[in-house]
Amino acid sequence: MREKVWADAKSALDGVLKDGMVIMAGGFGLCGIPEHLITAIKNSGVKDLTFISNNCGVDDFGLGILLANGQVKKMISSYVGENKLFERLYLDGKLELELNPQGTLAERIRAGGAGIGGFYTKTGVGTVVAEGKPTREFDGHTYVLETGLTADLSIIKAWKGDREGNLIYRKTARNFNPMMATAGRLVVAEVEELVDTGALDADHIHTPGLYVDRIVVGDHFEKRIEKVITRPREGATEGAR
Amino acid sequence: MAWTREQMAARAARQIEDGFYVNLGIGIPTLVANALPEGMNVSFQSENGMLGIGPFPYEGEEDPDLINAGKQTITEIDSTSYFSSADAFAMIRGGHMDLSILGSMQVSETGDIANWTVPGKMLKGMGGAMDLVAGARKVIVLMEHVERSGAPKLLKACTLPLTGTKVVDMVITDLAVFEFEKRGGPLRLIELAPDVTLDEVKAKTEAAFEVALETADA
Repeated sequence: MREKVWADAKSALDGVLKDGMVIMAGGFGLCGIPEHLITAIKNSGVKDLTFISNNCGVDDFGLGILLANGQVKKMISSYVGENKLFERLYLDGKLELELNPQGTLAERIRAGGAGIGGFYTKTGVGTVVAEGKPTREFDGHTYVLETGLTADLSIIKAWKGDREGNLIYRKTARNFNPMMATAGRLVVAEVEELVDTGALDADHIHTPGLYVDRIVVGDHFEKRIEKVITRPREGATEGAR
Repeated sequence: MAWTREQMAARAARQIEDGFYVNLGIGIPTLVANALPEGMNVSFQSENGMLGIGPFPYEGEEDPDLINAGKQTITEIDSTSYFSSADAFAMIRGGHMDLSILGSMQVSETGDIANWTVPGKMLKGMGGAMDLVAGARKVIVLMEHVERSGAPKLLKACTLPLTGTKVVDMVITDLAVFEFEKRGGPLRLIELAPDVTLDEVKAKTEAAFEVALETADA
């Protein structure tokens, strides 16, 4: 039988990590990031990594700890504005950066995982994003060709998983995780709760276990919040976003 | 007198119709949700994977798994649904969002927008802005009329790297409201903030515009 459950993040990545590899890391900001797997990568000391991830964490959490540790060569992201170290390294020429529109990034990963070599989108037409890329007219509108993305390894975070690797995400911690689960040649998932196969409602599974090679349970999630915004209990009316 | 940020948001809220699905950007656009009249059924989308955004949580009830695209803690409501980033942008790119309201550094007289980077000075990234301006059915920009230096932000052509070309439908500043007759122009001035004069707006605007003031709103 197939055995996907590993003891911890470190053992799940043993023998997998190599200098110069391309890794997809799930999460939006610090929400839904595989924090234990990131720590295991830090402790491994592997370097010259290319990360495909919407953001790069903050200075001392998330992918930011790999940046601070000098392990990152290149980022493929959509927004890196929360990280001062990132800005300094980039402006000093010590870090490569490929910025993608967020929807284009999400779709490139989805396409990569689905065996789609490329797709045309209106996003970015007429901007630096489209420079050097083929364009084509459809119904009188100009679209630009974007390519699918895959990676050597995907590290993702889910809420619940079973021993077959079936995953369920929670609220907005889903974000990039489901697509990245399809686009890595090896996919390692960390979950808050591991249940026996059959315990998850099959109709509610977001990522079928086929995509997941290894699964680990995190023992304590920090789940840091970037911007805590609350409202007063009294006199509270409508909120905002 | 120029409009405050809240008044600009309230002016933008008037463009929202009952039943609309709306994406609000970071900054002044965030205030639009608070300015909606009672009784309107409007859903706000957050491109990190949520439709139906509730109010900020009470203190002590923050959920780290529940944030908006500005990375702020929020809550869900009865109509809320969650989905992946790919689905969120299929909604946006596929023309399913009625309206995108976002901030900007520059807008041109042909409806080009530049709001994601200042070369050599600010490195942030475009996030979802390029997808939103390319995909939303209607795009409204909320921004100060001039920079802190006094330099105009409504220009003949944007000088900063573009977010999209010929995509803006309306611009609401602290001084006035402009709309594009159609995508790509021409630009028309349709409203002045109270006690703001046409001469002042002309002096602070580089973009060419027609004057089509609808009513004496002052």
